[in-house]
Amino acid sequence: MKTKKIYERPLIKPLNSGLMNKFGKRTEWTPLTEIDGIKVVDLLQEYGSPLFVYSEKKIRENYQHAKRVFETRYPKVQFAWSYKTCYLNAVCDVYHQEGSWAEVVSRFEYEKALKNGVPGNKIIFNGPDKTNEDLELAIKNNSPIHIDHLDELYRLNELAANLTKKPKVAIRVNMDTGIYPMWDRFGFNYENGQAWDAINKIITLDKLELVGLHTHIGTFMLTPSAYAVAASKMADLAINIKKKYKKSVAYIDMGGGFASKNTLKGSYYMGSDTVPDIEEYAEAITSSLINAGFDKDEMPYLYLETGRALIDDAGFLLGTVIANKRLSDGRRATILDFGVNIMFTSFWYDHKISPVEELGYHTEDTTLYGPMCMNIDVVRENISMPPLSPGNHVVAHFVGAYNVTQSMQFISLRPAIVMIDTKGKPHLIKTKESLEGIQKDELVPEHLRIFKL
Amino acid sequence: MFVSSINTNIMKLKKDLAISDSGFLFNPSTGDSYSLNPIGVEFFKLLQKGNSDDEIISQIINDYAIDKNSVEKDLYDFKNLLVNYKLINA
Repeated sequence: MKTKKIYERPLIKPLNSGLMNKFGKRTEWTPLTEIDGIKVVDLLQEYGSPLFVYSEKKIRENYQHAKRVFETRYPKVQFAWSYKTCYLNAVCDVYHQEGSWAEVVSRFEYEKALKNGVPGNKIIFNGPDKTNEDLELAIKNNSPIHIDHLDELYRLNELAANLTKKPKVAIRVNMDTGIYPMWDRFGFNYENGQAWDAINKIITLDKLELVGLHTHIGTFMLTPSAYAVAASKMADLAINIKKKYKKSVAYIDMGGGFASKNTLKGSYYMGSDTVPDIEEYAEAITSSLINAGFDKDEMPYLYLETGRALIDDAGFLLGTVIANKRLSDGRRATILDFGVNIMFTSFWYDHKISPVEELGYHTEDTTLYGPMCMNIDVVRENISMPPLSPGNHVVAHFVGAYNVTQSMQFISLRPAIVMIDTKGKPHLIKTKESLEGIQKDELVPEHLRIFKL
Repeated sequence: MFVSSINTNIMKLKKDLAISDSGFLFNPSTGDSYSLNPIGVEFFKLLQKGNSDDEIISQIINDYAIDKNSVEKDLYDFKNLLVNYKLINA
C-alpha cells in the first residue's frame, strides 16, 4: 500500500520588507512533547484537557537555587511560601519539605497552613483583613502578626491587655524606592513618619513584642536597585530602634515581588532577556543589609516571601485546539479549550505557547482565543504559530503563579491538576470540578423548584 | 469587498504570478512577495493548472494522510486568503 505523506494546513504569508526588529520575537514552532519525561499527549489522555501540570523537580530546583543564592550572601535567611501565589496543598508541602515557612494573608490561608502542619510560630500573618478572632487565633499560636494599619495596632493592644503573654508583631512599612507606582496602600509610610509613629506606640505601650519589620515594595519588580533602597530604609529603622530603645528586631522581612521570566504585555523584549536573575535581587538586598552597620552578632534574620519567581516556570497549562477561523481582516484565529477563566495571567503576560505536535517550520500570525463566550477571552492577541488544526495540542508556559488561585469557576468547570514527582511519576493533586461539587453549597427556596415551560 | 459572496470555485489565479519550489511567491504587478509552506505550494500549483476544487481535493487526499472534509475546509480558507491578498482575479 502506498504510504501517504504527512499533511499540514496550506499556508501563505506575506513577506513584509521594512525595518527589522534587531532581536526579533521568537517563533514558537519548537514543540514541547514531554514534561519531566512524560509525554504531554499521554497526560492529556489520562487526565483530560485542559490540564494544569506542576513539576515537583522544578519547584525544588528553583527553591534550592534561591536559598543558595541568598545564603551565600547573608548569614541568616528564612523563606516563607507565599500561599496566595499557589495554595494547592501538594505545592505548599513541597516548599515546607524544603524548609519554607508559610506566609498567609487571610484566615482561610492561615487555616490551610495550619492544616498542612505548619507550626503556628512559623506562619507569618500578613494582610489588611484580620478580625479579632483571627488575631486571637494567631496570638494563641504565637504567629508573627504583621500589622497593616493603626486600627489593627489599637485592636491588638486591646486584645493584649487581657493576655499574659505579649503577641509577636511586626509592622509593614511602605516607602519610596524610586519606582512608580509606589505601593503605599499597605502598612505605614517610612518617609512621612508613620512607621516611626507605629514603632513608638508599640514599644512605649509595651503590650506587644516588636519582633520584626516587614515591607513588600511591589510586584513583578524589574529593578533590583529598588530592593537595595528598601533594604537600606528597613535597616535604618532597625538600627535606630536599637539606638533609641536598646532593642534588636529579630528579622527584616523583605516580602516578595521578584519577577518571573514571563513577558509583560506591551514590552518590546522577551521576559527571558530582560527579567533580572534572582542573584541580582539577592545582591541588592544583602549588600544593603550587610553594609547598614549592624553589629556582627545582632544581624537580623532576612525573611523572604518570594512566590512568583519560585513557581511560575514550574507550572504548565496543557490544552487542545477546538477550531480555526478567519477574522474579518483575514487574520487567523484559533480557539483553544482554555482561556482567561483559568489562565487569568493572560491579561498581564504574553505567555509563551508551544505546540505539542511536530507541525513544521512555516508559521502564521494567529490570535489565540479561549473557549468562553466572552469577547475578552483572549489568550494571545498575536502569536506566530505553526498551522494548528482541531485536535492538536498546545502548552502554555510560566503559568505556575496565581493562575490556580485566581482561576474562576465561570462558564465551565475548572480542570484537574497534576504534579509530576522527582522520579517522573504523575500524581493527581486536584480533581476536575464537577457540577455536583459546584452546586453543593447552593440552596434553592422551595417555592422556586416547580415550574412549567 | 464581500469575500463570502464570491464563488471561489470559478476564480482564476492571476496569470503572471511566479512561484519557486521552495515556496517563494512573487506578484510582479504589485511587487509583493509571499512565503508558502510545501502544501501551500502544492495547492497553489494545482490552482495555477486550472484544476477545479474537486480535482484538487481528490489529488490531495490521494497523496496525503488526510480526510476530504479537512482538505475542503483548508482549500476554501486558502482561496479566501488568495482573494484577500489580491492574487485571484475575482
